[in-house]
Amino acid sequence: MTTHDTTETTESAVDPSEEGIDWQTKLRYFLNSDFVRSSPYWGIPFIIMGIAVYGGIGYNLAISFTDYAGIARPSFSSLDLEMYRRALADESFRAAAFQNFVLLVGFTSISLGLGLFLAVLLDYGIRYKETIQTIYLLPMALSFVVTAQLWLWMYSPGNGVLNIFVTALGFDSIDWLGDPRIALAAVIFALVWQFSGYAMVVFLAGLQSLPDDQFEAAKVDGASTTKTYVRIIVPQLKQASVGAAVVLMLFALKAFDFLYAITGNYRPPNGTDILATLMVREAFQYGQWAYGAAIATMLLLLSLAVIAPYLIFQHRQGSL
Amino acid sequence: MSQSTSDTNIDVASVVEDVNLRRIGHYTIVILFLGFFLLPLITGIMTALKTSTAVANTLPFMPPLGDGFTLANLEYAFNRLSYAFVNSLLMAIPATIINVLLASMAAFGLTMVRWRGQMGILVLFLIGIFVPYQAVLVPLARFWNNIFPIADMLEPVFSVVPLIQGYHSALVPLIITHVAYGIPICMLLFRSYYQSLPNSLVEAAKIDGASITKIYRRIILPISKPMFGVVFIYQFTQIYNEFLFSFTLVTSANSSEAPITLIIPTIGTSTSGIDFGIRMAAAFLAALPTIILYVAFAEQFAKGLETESA
Repeated sequence: MTTHDTTETTESAVDPSEEGIDWQTKLRYFLNSDFVRSSPYWGIPFIIMGIAVYGGIGYNLAISFTDYAGIARPSFSSLDLEMYRRALADESFRAAAFQNFVLLVGFTSISLGLGLFLAVLLDYGIRYKETIQTIYLLPMALSFVVTAQLWLWMYSPGNGVLNIFVTALGFDSIDWLGDPRIALAAVIFALVWQFSGYAMVVFLAGLQSLPDDQFEAAKVDGASTTKTYVRIIVPQLKQASVGAAVVLMLFALKAFDFLYAITGNYRPPNGTDILATLMVREAFQYGQWAYGAAIATMLLLLSLAVIAPYLIFQHRQGSL
Repeated sequence: MSQSTSDTNIDVASVVEDVNLRRIGHYTIVILFLGFFLLPLITGIMTALKTSTAVANTLPFMPPLGDGFTLANLEYAFNRLSYAFVNSLLMAIPATIINVLLASMAAFGLTMVRWRGQMGILVLFLIGIFVPYQAVLVPLARFWNNIFPIADMLEPVFSVVPLIQGYHSALVPLIITHVAYGIPICMLLFRSYYQSLPNSLVEAAKIDGASITKIYRRIILPISKPMFGVVFIYQFTQIYNEFLFSFTLVTSANSSEAPITLIIPTIGTSTSGIDFGIRMAAAFLAALPTIILYVAFAEQFAKGLETESA
């Protein structure tokens, strides 16, 4: 950051904003500036990304104000908030929003907790650490679609592994994905299986960047290992936790793939409908384009609510 | 932070006993978690190798024995998926290459060169990472189907080009879409790497009078080779594994241009339910390329970290 400041001052020293310099010199300065010279590098990707992301969002917003449905063309002559009103009054929308929230918070916090536990477990002087770490992280390499198939089989009411365990312990077998009361928990569990390894890696990197002498000092003071971790090491992982949490929430927002792939159908298991699945179902199955666009806009607002504090936090830390 | 050596200083006998008990407990937990992470994978692979009677009658995670063993599931899945596998690669490889190049350029322009207002552009890129794809799905479908149907336009061209089929033109909008939405995250990966480079590198070249293009080609490109590998593998896995865009832009899982992820959720389904032998075989085959990449990548990543910390 310090280097940044110095370059800015040197730039402003050359900056031809003083009076008495004609416009041709100004133009030459401008064309020779780093801004113009570097613009092909960031400009081309920026235009491609900008059209796709911000153009897409804008178009989506515009569609959400219309009554666009079916195979007709969207008409932008009368724009209103009708679709948003309809969504907020809709029972299935409210259920999806609530389940979305539970999924986001539940999945992120459990993955973070388990990831931290695994990181400390492996950090604490263990053999074959690299191999174990690779295996813990292996589910990350799989797609949502594949993970969904693996867990569909694990949760199978017939001969699934989980029910074999449950019946071996003397309980009745459970229809994990068929029971609306536990289906969401089952989905969260499967997603935690896939992504807690990621949180572990982030925390491990954070742990390894801490200096060794803190541990030694705590030991001299007579603190136990557990105490050292809880009191001294973990509080220093704040930065790592925030980064990991944001990426995990990002995965949670993409849970559509997982939910679709479980049933192979627009409708996920009962009790696990989230905004993403609701939106795709309304738009692409029923042709309710405007209604789907309105739900999508609200989903976007939800993720912006997650990301804005993170960006501000990063900016305050000076690490943006 | 291994602290096994400093333990021995205190009271050797009691510590050894304590450490042994603790070690056993410690390793037990580690092994339990190995089971937790491996069990669904082992179950899937074992099921893929079993006949349907064996799937119904044996423990799902036990290996198939005698009559229960079959390669028919894998064979069926392979025949059903081979063309889709080609589609996935035809989509993922070009998309990843373009993506990585553009992202590296963007990160260079926003990190190694300083100019006022770049923070604003950077924030717009960063927000792009976090936009849920649902928020652009309706426009995307309308754009590629109604406004600019590039797939239909290119189909006659693609059908005369050797080695590819006319229907592969449907992958072009997918490639462009993946490139556009993949740029922000890849840009961030490159950016964090470029930020770790010493600033004097660029400053010195600038004082020598090197142009920005020269700095990028002669200094930044060669130095970021390991990062290109890392980002390439990351983004290839993302695109190969992606489902939503393919689902939206490809007509159905039965069309000949369907990528592999599109077919997995319905394969092996019949009126009598899901044939898990076939389903697991298909899932395993679909996951194989990324698993292979991941195992190779784990080593390469370690090397990249070593060179970085050196």
